[in-house]
Amino acid sequence: MTLAVETTDLKVQLQLADGWFTVCDLSVLVPGRGVAALLPDGRQAALFRDRADRLYAVDNRDPFTGAAVLSRGLTGTHQGRPFVASPLLKQRFDLVSGVCLDDEAVRIPVYEVRTVS
Amino acid sequence: MTATPGATPTIVLVGHGMVGQRFLEALAERGLTATHRVVVLCEEPRPAYDRVQLTSYFSGRTPEDLSLTDREFIKDHGIELHIGDPAESIDREARKVTARSGLVVDYDVLVLATGSYPFVPPVPNKDATGCFVYRTIEDLLAIEEYAKSRATTGAVVGGGLLGLEAAGALKGLGLNTHIVEFAPRLMPVQVDEGGGAALLRTIERMGLTVHTGVGTQEIVTDSEGAVTGMKLSDGSELAADMVVFSAGVRPRDQLARDAGLTVGERGGIAVDERCRTVSDPHVFAIGECALAADGRVYGLVAPGYEQAETAAATIARDEAAFTGADLSTKLKLLGVDVASFGDAHGTAEDCLDVVYSDSRAGLYKKLVIGADGTLLGGILVGDAEAYGTLRALTGSVPPISPESLVLPAGAGSGAQLGPSALPDDAIICSCHNVSKGTIRGAVTEHGCTTVPEVKKCTKAGTGCGSCVKVLGQLVTAELEASGVEVDKGLCGCFAQTREELYEIVLALRVTSYRELLDRFGREGARGGEGCEVCKPTVGSIIASLAPSIGASGYVLDGEQAALQDTNDHFLANLQKNGSYSVVPRIPGGEIAPEKLIVIGEIARDFGLYTKITGGQRIDMFGARVEQLPLIWARLVDAGFESGHAYGKALRTVKSCVGSTWCRYGVQDSVRMAIDLELRYRGLRSPHKLKSAVSGCQRECAEAQSKDFGVIATANGWNLYVGGNGGATPRHADLLAQDLSDAELVRLIDRFLMFYIRTADRLERTSTWLERIPGGLDHVRDVVVHDSLGICDELERLMREHVAHYRDEWAETVGDPEKLARFVSFVNAPDTPDPVVSFVPERDQIKPDLPLLTIGLRPADDVLEGSAQR
Repeated sequence: MTLAVETTDLKVQLQLADGWFTVCDLSVLVPGRGVAALLPDGRQAALFRDRADRLYAVDNRDPFTGAAVLSRGLTGTHQGRPFVASPLLKQRFDLVSGVCLDDEAVRIPVYEVRTVS
Repeated sequence: MTATPGATPTIVLVGHGMVGQRFLEALAERGLTATHRVVVLCEEPRPAYDRVQLTSYFSGRTPEDLSLTDREFIKDHGIELHIGDPAESIDREARKVTARSGLVVDYDVLVLATGSYPFVPPVPNKDATGCFVYRTIEDLLAIEEYAKSRATTGAVVGGGLLGLEAAGALKGLGLNTHIVEFAPRLMPVQVDEGGGAALLRTIERMGLTVHTGVGTQEIVTDSEGAVTGMKLSDGSELAADMVVFSAGVRPRDQLARDAGLTVGERGGIAVDERCRTVSDPHVFAIGECALAADGRVYGLVAPGYEQAETAAATIARDEAAFTGADLSTKLKLLGVDVASFGDAHGTAEDCLDVVYSDSRAGLYKKLVIGADGTLLGGILVGDAEAYGTLRALTGSVPPISPESLVLPAGAGSGAQLGPSALPDDAIICSCHNVSKGTIRGAVTEHGCTTVPEVKKCTKAGTGCGSCVKVLGQLVTAELEASGVEVDKGLCGCFAQTREELYEIVLALRVTSYRELLDRFGREGARGGEGCEVCKPTVGSIIASLAPSIGASGYVLDGEQAALQDTNDHFLANLQKNGSYSVVPRIPGGEIAPEKLIVIGEIARDFGLYTKITGGQRIDMFGARVEQLPLIWARLVDAGFESGHAYGKALRTVKSCVGSTWCRYGVQDSVRMAIDLELRYRGLRSPHKLKSAVSGCQRECAEAQSKDFGVIATANGWNLYVGGNGGATPRHADLLAQDLSDAELVRLIDRFLMFYIRTADRLERTSTWLERIPGGLDHVRDVVVHDSLGICDELERLMREHVAHYRDEWAETVGDPEKLARFVSFVNAPDTPDPVVSFVPERDQIKPDLPLLTIGLRPADDVLEGSAQR
């Protein structure tokens, strides 16, 4: 299989406490959908790519149910801000701040993401 | 008050029904709960609930849903509420009330709100096993238990308002229901002869049997004393397994009588205009136990609420008086709208009636008009849409002629007079006495923009709920008037409805969500990501039309994958712990033993929990994301395909065994069910679609509770549409009779495609049929008589769907790029998600959910669901 160098070479990394952690190739991220990543400490992150190729990462655990499913939610834009809606009970979370749009008292951890070649 | 100086004066309320609760709220509003000790003695085992809506228990409302009591309210106001502890005696001299538990409370003010009890005519055996009254949640639970265990036929004594409610309850329990009414028509108090006749026809059409003009003479019992029937005054006998007495109520005034308070000749505690008893200034009586100053006992909730307000105001030394009340009512009895208001029977001098009657449609509308053109009152049966407006206009000369007020819209000069024609002082909510001006003020001054906000702000619409429709129209009109555009758009991204988007996608052959959003989305949404509402909706429209507009019919292809809800995206049903369930298609519920064994083997090998579904299929729970393709591969190998249990699509076509095995069957229902299921499988629609085929009129497949149901006749098939089970059950309507196989399929093709074209997002066929203008008649005109000339197109769309169907599971299993998405972690595809774990229960597994506050359990003390991995 021939690889298209300019896209498959890019790696997606998350910033953790002890530095950048490489997760996957950028090419496996489908715009508008997420993937789950297992972090070294056993926690999980949900990574998303939007149609403008911006990347976001939040904790994968849905705080309302405890299930690790946020990576399987639908993304969208609400008043100019990107969000993911939990696939279980549909609460929406701001992908940049982690704040729940439907219950401001709830906030999920967010991660910094970057691509490196 | 006369309390001991320094001590807090005490108000004791006896009875915690709807009126009692309203009284407590009125006390709180006037600040009296802060200055007084308030003690409530309540006989029933639960605090105040909505008795008016009792029958809605049968459409899924639980006793908790019916509750009117906010525990916070009771707590915040320091009210001492004693449940299940009725007052037993009053010592007026010492001003003490003694409850059944022995509790003694001193009072400064005593308020009696003891309500009423059902009147049971003194016929022999009236107390036999199987005789009930219908008044409380406990009565209802007792009726339900008896009906389920030992009754198939029930009789209701009384054809008034309460009798029809009770009949609705029995019908809701699936009993053959009879109504016995002594008067010559149903609802003799509220409606006249014409209205009663319209009501009778509609109720009989629902399968209830009505006996008017006969009385009950005796309840007949068997040797064990259980009801077997009743003897009627015309000499006939009616077989019945249970009897519900619902022939009116009487004031519960025994406690007051025992205390020496004056009661009326026909019962009721006599009170003055301030709701104070005529015998004792320290004692008040409100609601159905009170005989008001105008000499009447009011059995409706609105006057009771007004009395509660009056008593509270008097205790607070405000000016208030209760001099009588409007007896207007609007009800939905057995699904029929019945309303009467003002001088409904035309008792005023020189008044004239304007009547519109359509027996075929079960409609009857009468307005009573005074000599000077004033609207005095009226009766509406079958369509009470105009009730809110007409009641508020009562007492004035309507702005348009009375004839046009009763004629249906579209019939000549029929005009719709909206609530905008009402003056500001017109009362919209008579339960809480809220005027149109107050409702407008909630929008203009308090910034309310929705009906729920206005309800919270003004209390309007929170009593019987009959004004909610008018409330909605008023809020919309007021918002429009103040320049706020009322948005009917699908979501924040699209100003169009689903139907409009469907037309755009079809006409312009738009195959991309992004293109649709960027060209037709709202200004601010263009170029954005869309949202979780419009993405699956547009995904579904594109999937429904795929072959006709040149899109891929495979929902995981390209951009379409990003539009699907998680269930469609993973072709399985997400469960609470993040695992999935898998349902293979079993057309018509028919399955050979070998295939049954395959399902068993797969479930065993993957450690899945199995359960038989309501749609004659088998659901396998507890599959992890990464196991899905392995499970599908084995199912596809054995000849199974996706059952689309995850999609807004055709689910299942149930069937009975039909003429092949059953001695009653008249057609081969299994074959027809399989044909229909295979024809419509994979069809994406605004909501899920369920179907069934019964082989004879005994209807064992329950086809009338389905979106489209088919029942065999000696001559072919009858097609029913718009049925529903679930939370809002609806019997399907007959669309066409005695169809051949080909006629049946053609009609279903048209019906489904017309529904897919015009329904809102997540709107089942039942709500769609009730919403679209013209209802069933319009749908019949379109799909049977082709009134819009679109049937060829509808049929073509369905032919293309059928021709292009492919199994999504097989397609995914054969596509390595798609399979790569079915992993637990993108960076650790072979590590199962540690949150998904199971514990044993009844020889199978169940999810072991992490405790939200504590976090994950250590991984080594749980049973893994996939021992084979």
